Amino acid sequence: MSPRATASGPLLSVKDLEVGFATEDGLLKAVDGVSFELARGEVLGIVGESGCGKSVTAQTVMGLTRSSNARISGSVEFNGADLIEASDDDLRKVRGESIAMIFQDPMTSLNPVYKVGKQIAEQILAHRDVSDKEARDRAIELLRDVGIPHPERRIDDYPYEYSGGMRQRAMVAMALSLEPEVLIADEPTTALDVTIQAQILTLIEQLNRDRDLAVVLITHDLGVVAEVADRVQVMYAGQVVERGTLDEIFYDPQHPYTWGLLGSLTRLDRPRPKRLPQIAGQPPSLLSPPGGCRFRPRCPHAFEQCAELPSLEGRLGKRSEHADRCWLQPKEKESRRSVDGRIGLGAPAA
Amino acid sequence: MGRFIAKRLVGMVGVLFAISVIVFLIFNVIPNSDPAARIAGKNADAELIARVNDDLGLNDPLPVQYVTLMKEIFTGQLTSYSSDLNVDEQIREGIPATMSLCIGAAIIWMAFAIVFGYLSAVRAGGKLDTMLTVLALIGISLPVFWLAAILLYYLSFRVQLFPTGGYVPLTEDPAQWAYHLLLPWITLAVLFIGFYSRLLRSSMLDVMNEDYVRTARAKGLSERQVRTRHVLRNSLIPIVTLFGLDFGAVVGGGAILTETVFNINGVGLYAGEAIGSLDLPPLMAVTMFGAFFIVLFNTIVDILYAYLDPRIRLGSSAV
Repeated sequence: MSPRATASGPLLSVKDLEVGFATEDGLLKAVDGVSFELARGEVLGIVGESGCGKSVTAQTVMGLTRSSNARISGSVEFNGADLIEASDDDLRKVRGESIAMIFQDPMTSLNPVYKVGKQIAEQILAHRDVSDKEARDRAIELLRDVGIPHPERRIDDYPYEYSGGMRQRAMVAMALSLEPEVLIADEPTTALDVTIQAQILTLIEQLNRDRDLAVVLITHDLGVVAEVADRVQVMYAGQVVERGTLDEIFYDPQHPYTWGLLGSLTRLDRPRPKRLPQIAGQPPSLLSPPGGCRFRPRCPHAFEQCAELPSLEGRLGKRSEHADRCWLQPKEKESRRSVDGRIGLGAPAA
Repeated sequence: MGRFIAKRLVGMVGVLFAISVIVFLIFNVIPNSDPAARIAGKNADAELIARVNDDLGLNDPLPVQYVTLMKEIFTGQLTSYSSDLNVDEQIREGIPATMSLCIGAAIIWMAFAIVFGYLSAVRAGGKLDTMLTVLALIGISLPVFWLAAILLYYLSFRVQLFPTGGYVPLTEDPAQWAYHLLLPWITLAVLFIGFYSRLLRSSMLDVMNEDYVRTARAKGLSERQVRTRHVLRNSLIPIVTLFGLDFGAVVGGGAILTETVFNINGVGLYAGEAIGSLDLPPLMAVTMFGAFFIVLFNTIVDILYAYLDPRIRLGSSAV
């Protein structure tokens, strides 16, 4: 995979990020103390089910959640400069130029009334002092780079004339237009069908390799993460419950929620189960999350100690960043996560 | 696009035909509308009334009467029952005044509505928004005839800041033209400013939640660019539709009250008089005139709409 952290320290560093939204029913804490670091050229996967705070985390990095009812604390540092306290104008310069973002639904992420080329050129013109012609030529080049056929013709198409996959490619082209250092991809393949998904992932992987682009890949799909990520962070109910390298998360998962996610993957190389495994129950309300471990109400392995919230720390006694929020003993975990010879959420110990 | 326009034009003829038939029938069933009895005077005997009926062709069967009337409208030979003046000529004379009033008012209402709506949406929930909301509600609630009378009384009669009415042609004296029309413009525009600014506000607030607005921000556009290029532009689509319909309706009859109060010699005033005297020929002609503009602007809106929202273009060329 790609090279790791350079001597100059992380490119993007998020510490104790908390994001709450004042609602009529009280403060909805969407992100509760999330931290991560991203090195140049690294791909970090953030995984979790809908509503776990992964998208809010990503959008807050770019200041897109700023609003009168948002309560944001913690720090987001990009190349050493804080983005939480940054002025709107400073933040504007970072957006698109240094950190670019692509979104889940390419059908609605492009403005329907402007031509695709114009929307790409608009971003270039917002940051660079170039002529309209130069911006347009650059947009054609970018569309060619992401694999749009006949870009010199398709540049004058409107978004509705593109297919879903092409729109996502156009979004990627737009994101890359100023050669950013970080790409945040928020569920970039969720709205696409499987063949197109693979194409977009390959494209992201290529960019990561060829341009040393650092990527934060947000998804609910562990299969997507397995393909491109170097490191993985699993989120549940606004908190990180486990983080580690791709191998650590897939082969030695420590948190029952991660077991559940892995267990609900269907595999072609195993006999098909009668019923697809799932994690019973619903994620908790973020308006009044349960005390203690947030996964406790859905966890078959919960015991008395789980009433107290475990911190995110390395519990394996080795020099690794592999950390989790679970009170169970590592030895205990190994036996409990094994279900029919593979990893799964399992049932309570007899 | 050519086929689309041709289709709309054919539809337009159909609508105008239907409207003319309906107006004609209504006129023939409402009480007290017998024109012969009115023209012949109070003490007319049966013989005189019969002669008038004969003169005007009112003894013919209704379809024949209708055809004659329509033929006269389109050949410019229609004369009024009550004044013997040529109807088409009267309408043509009224058009510059009516158009001056309507176009001026429309420019004012759109300009203020866009500014107020934009400010309201950008400052949603703030003091300015609350103030503009109250103003808009007041504007919507003021009846035109009342507002016109109040403006006339205070600004023209008491303070003598403005003329008390009348119309000066633009070609004669542009300054006097605008001076005479300012109060009528405001009167006519107030209702629409209130209504349109509210509409734009809610339309903009909807668009602000769209994914592509988030994309625009993520691109690093300034907040102003995001609002004007991406939010405002998309929010104007419903406004433009409505504007076309309302403008057509104002030209086609909505200005009657304003023209009457300010004594502007336009088509509206003429229509008002024709209604007052139940004079069928001008009524028919004015109705056709009004309907023509309403249908015309509907068509223009559809074409403009395709320009504003490229997705429509595909649909129209596929028709």
